[in-house]
Amino acid sequence: MSYDPFVLPFSIGLVIVVILILWKYFRWIFSHEKAERVKILKLIFSFKLFSVIKEIFMEVLFHRRIFKINPVLGYMHSSFAFGWFLLILGGTIESKMHNHHAFNMFYEPIFFKFFSHNIDGFPFASGFKFLMDLILLYILSGLMLAMAKRLYKKMFGMKKTTKLRLIDKLALTSLWCIFPLRLLAESFTSAQYHNGGFLTDNFGNILAKFLPVDQLEYPAWWAYSIALGVFFVMLPYSRYMHIPTEMVLIILRKAGFKTEKKYTGFSRVEVQSCSRCGICLDACQVYATTQRNKMLPAYFLQSVRFNKKGKQGLTDCLMCGRCQEVCPVGIGINAIRRVKRNELFDEKGAEFEYLEESSIKSKKADVIYFAGCMTHLTPTIKRSMVALLKKAEINFWFMDEDSSICCGRPLQVLGKEKDANILADKNRELIANSGAELLVTSCPICYKIFKEEYNLNIKVQHHTEYLNELVNIGKLKPANLNFSAVYHDPCDLGRGSGIYNQPRELLGRISRLNKSENEKEMALCCGSSLANLPAGFDDKEFMASEAAEQLCVSNPDKLITACPLCKKAFAQACNERKTSNQVDVKDIAEVLAEAVA
Amino acid sequence: MADFGYKIQEDRQINYDSNDRTLFYFLKRVEPSISLCIGCGTCSATCTAGQFTQFDLHKIMLYVRRGEKVHIANEIKKCMLCGKCSLVCPKGINTRNIIFQTRKFIHSNK
Amino acid sequence: MSKSVIVIGGGIAGMEASAYLSAMGFNVTLFEKDEKLGGHLLNWERLFPTKRLGSEVLTFLKKGMDDKIKVHTNSNITKINSENGKYFVTNDNNEIFEADALLITTGYDLFDARRKEEYGYGIYDNVITSAELETMFLSGKPIVNKQGKVPKRIGFVHCVGSRDRKVGNVYCSKVCCVTAVKQATEIREHLPECETYCFYMDLRMYGAKFEELYNEAQEKYGVTFIRGRLSEANETIDGSLLVKVEDTLVGRPLKMTVDLLVLMVGFEPSKGTKDIAKILNLSTNSNGFIEVADEHTLTNVTNLKGVFVAGTTTSPRTITNTINDARAAAAEIACYLNLYTIQSRNN
Repeated sequence: MSYDPFVLPFSIGLVIVVILILWKYFRWIFSHEKAERVKILKLIFSFKLFSVIKEIFMEVLFHRRIFKINPVLGYMHSSFAFGWFLLILGGTIESKMHNHHAFNMFYEPIFFKFFSHNIDGFPFASGFKFLMDLILLYILSGLMLAMAKRLYKKMFGMKKTTKLRLIDKLALTSLWCIFPLRLLAESFTSAQYHNGGFLTDNFGNILAKFLPVDQLEYPAWWAYSIALGVFFVMLPYSRYMHIPTEMVLIILRKAGFKTEKKYTGFSRVEVQSCSRCGICLDACQVYATTQRNKMLPAYFLQSVRFNKKGKQGLTDCLMCGRCQEVCPVGIGINAIRRVKRNELFDEKGAEFEYLEESSIKSKKADVIYFAGCMTHLTPTIKRSMVALLKKAEINFWFMDEDSSICCGRPLQVLGKEKDANILADKNRELIANSGAELLVTSCPICYKIFKEEYNLNIKVQHHTEYLNELVNIGKLKPANLNFSAVYHDPCDLGRGSGIYNQPRELLGRISRLNKSENEKEMALCCGSSLANLPAGFDDKEFMASEAAEQLCVSNPDKLITACPLCKKAFAQACNERKTSNQVDVKDIAEVLAEAVA
Repeated sequence: MADFGYKIQEDRQINYDSNDRTLFYFLKRVEPSISLCIGCGTCSATCTAGQFTQFDLHKIMLYVRRGEKVHIANEIKKCMLCGKCSLVCPKGINTRNIIFQTRKFIHSNK
Repeated sequence: MSKSVIVIGGGIAGMEASAYLSAMGFNVTLFEKDEKLGGHLLNWERLFPTKRLGSEVLTFLKKGMDDKIKVHTNSNITKINSENGKYFVTNDNNEIFEADALLITTGYDLFDARRKEEYGYGIYDNVITSAELETMFLSGKPIVNKQGKVPKRIGFVHCVGSRDRKVGNVYCSKVCCVTAVKQATEIREHLPECETYCFYMDLRMYGAKFEELYNEAQEKYGVTFIRGRLSEANETIDGSLLVKVEDTLVGRPLKMTVDLLVLMVGFEPSKGTKDIAKILNLSTNSNGFIEVADEHTLTNVTNLKGVFVAGTTTSPRTITNTINDARAAAAEIACYLNLYTIQSRNN
């Protein structure tokens, strides 16, 4: 057995980190009910396990999603993760082959060159030398990029990188030291015993010309071991916790875990899986508009992790979901934000007793049409819907024609779940009493809560879906109006509910639909989202003009959307004297009504 | 108390000297757009809750400015936070935030 | 040879300034994009606060236009070059005109009320603009709604497209309040049985005799004033309109059906004004109108030497003010071209 006291910092660090991490995971997983925990076992003993392993390989090691978004950044992340993994794997095989033993001490692969000066006596020995140096070079190249990123973030196509906490800075420093120190240590050794590959051997020879390598070798190995040990001890408290946690996240997610209404152990796994890579920073429109940064997911998740209440910029978020879309780890940021809003704001703040005396009476019908509060300020949409429903000879009840009860989602997105439920109960009763089989709404905000939280036993559709269906079954026969159009995906309809194809199919029949830069999953928010509280009119107007500018690059005749708030925001932005976008803003129902008229 | 046929109508007057306007100053800090209100009433006219009950945002905003707190605490609870008012406001006031912050203030100063 | 001035825009300001400049001995060329001179005045029957006929004012303006003024109607400006203090103006016939000074009187356009979707203009039949009501008056035909019925109740909505950040216009258009009062009284003259209601945020009765007109509207004509801004209008089955408004003085919401809803549309810089500003590179102010060199003292002077402005090109104003401003501009130009020493104040 090879031993030297310098392996102690590394070994102690490793033992500490393993114990700490396992303890954390144990606690988080066991905070869930047994019924849920069983899902993990089911996953492990099923074929799905292969897909888990594949995902861990592709994401945790290779960082495929970061590569897709930003290749340079992807290379940087993968060089550390994948490179280090290869280094450990290669080192393990190399050391085992050299010793002709299946078992050796866990630190031996790490400090292999120190303990084994003559390493030529096994098959592929020179090949291993070459390979191990190549991997080290791979990591070092990533390290150079990481350093450059801190200095010149523009080189990476990033407007901003994350700011670091003190412990992160310490962890970062020790991480950055590890591989250069390994290079030095191995080079010093190789200069004396010629057991290095192309990199360490040559580098060692050069160093030997002006340095006393025999005296420096031992301290260098010590330094290397200390850097590793320090990094390991820091890891559970720093952002590098994401390295092991992401694997756990992938397993739990595949097993069907989700953050819903409570902040669970799984939520903790999600929060600690954030590497603060900073990709979400450039996706955030509120940040781009206001330069406020507390709500940025990287910082928000950090403040959640360290339980800093009130500092989370909680309400200053559109909950548009763009950050979630680009997040390479796939953290459910919106769900966590909603849970946190609930924790902070869900005191009973409302008195809705007056609704008991409301005069709204259910009417028997096949279909309920619910325009939504905002649609009353865009009367063309509701008129078009009524005209279309009549044209298709649908027996419908216009539920909120005269007065309406809010669907509750505006309260819900601000964390006022209890208040929202009162409104939901009232509406649910009205819906049930009408005996309808289908609820159609013009507002994506209402749509989302009707569909996901009302637990209705009837079908819920947004008018884009329903109208497309009516056209498909021939109840509505639109003419091709042959204008050019772009379609804007409302947040709650697109990202929020995955409705991308129906509006496009419908518009394809009546217009020439152009593509625009950020479509579908990456569509910009119009700025009017009800989830954000502090954004004022100027901020909203700015966001709308930016989005309109992007949508109208192809100079379409009409800018079409499927949400009264988006419509209003764009109509205002496109008529502003200062913008050049003099485009006609319409809802999809309006253009269809024109096409069937 | 004996009724002498008259009483001093103290509660009729807005006592600007003694009224506590901390809520207004708080709102001015967290949502400065409150100062822009000219009381045109568009918010109240469009109000979803206002169709069912007496809930009057422009009046509440006036009470807030004058420091007439008694009326506010109960009234502000009737809002559904649907946001129609901020959409119609000609001055671009962030009415929804004003209501939210007022509730928060009242809740934490109970 | 006497110096020459080109006036762009043949509305009230353009006509009056041309008349004065020509009378002072300058060679004046006037361009008008439409067929006739007179601008918006052509579409207005009677004028506030006196209710005299608009055509009388037009006749007065025309009398000032002597034969020496070269008038080009149906003529749009496409290009303007300047060289050695002279301006070369090209119109859409590709004719080039030379001048020593330019006067821009391209004026305003009325706000497009469709941009206020919740009021239902362009959606509901019986929502019309103040300009359309004036056209009805001018036509001399009986006042009826789209369904051919004589209205029993008419609502006037003030501040449509003015004082409204949501449409991008924060300024007051100055003339709509008094126009609404004037039109409401005229309705009562035409249809004594018809009730008239004005929905206002503030009544801005600042001009001479405006307050008297307002008093008359209340006392003699029985116009009802309700302080509250409309949030939305809805069409009922018979085509009348249900308006929602907060009666802010009573402190309660108010519902009302009206047979005709008249939107008092405000002023915006006209397309012509915006085009000329672009062609000449004239500065515009935060409201989109042409910026003047000094709001108090140099109200006809622009950022370009030899280019002057008058009338509603710089801000909304009444006819009275427009005529005054046109004369002021003529005096300013005369000082500039004749090199009067008083000019030195401007620098």
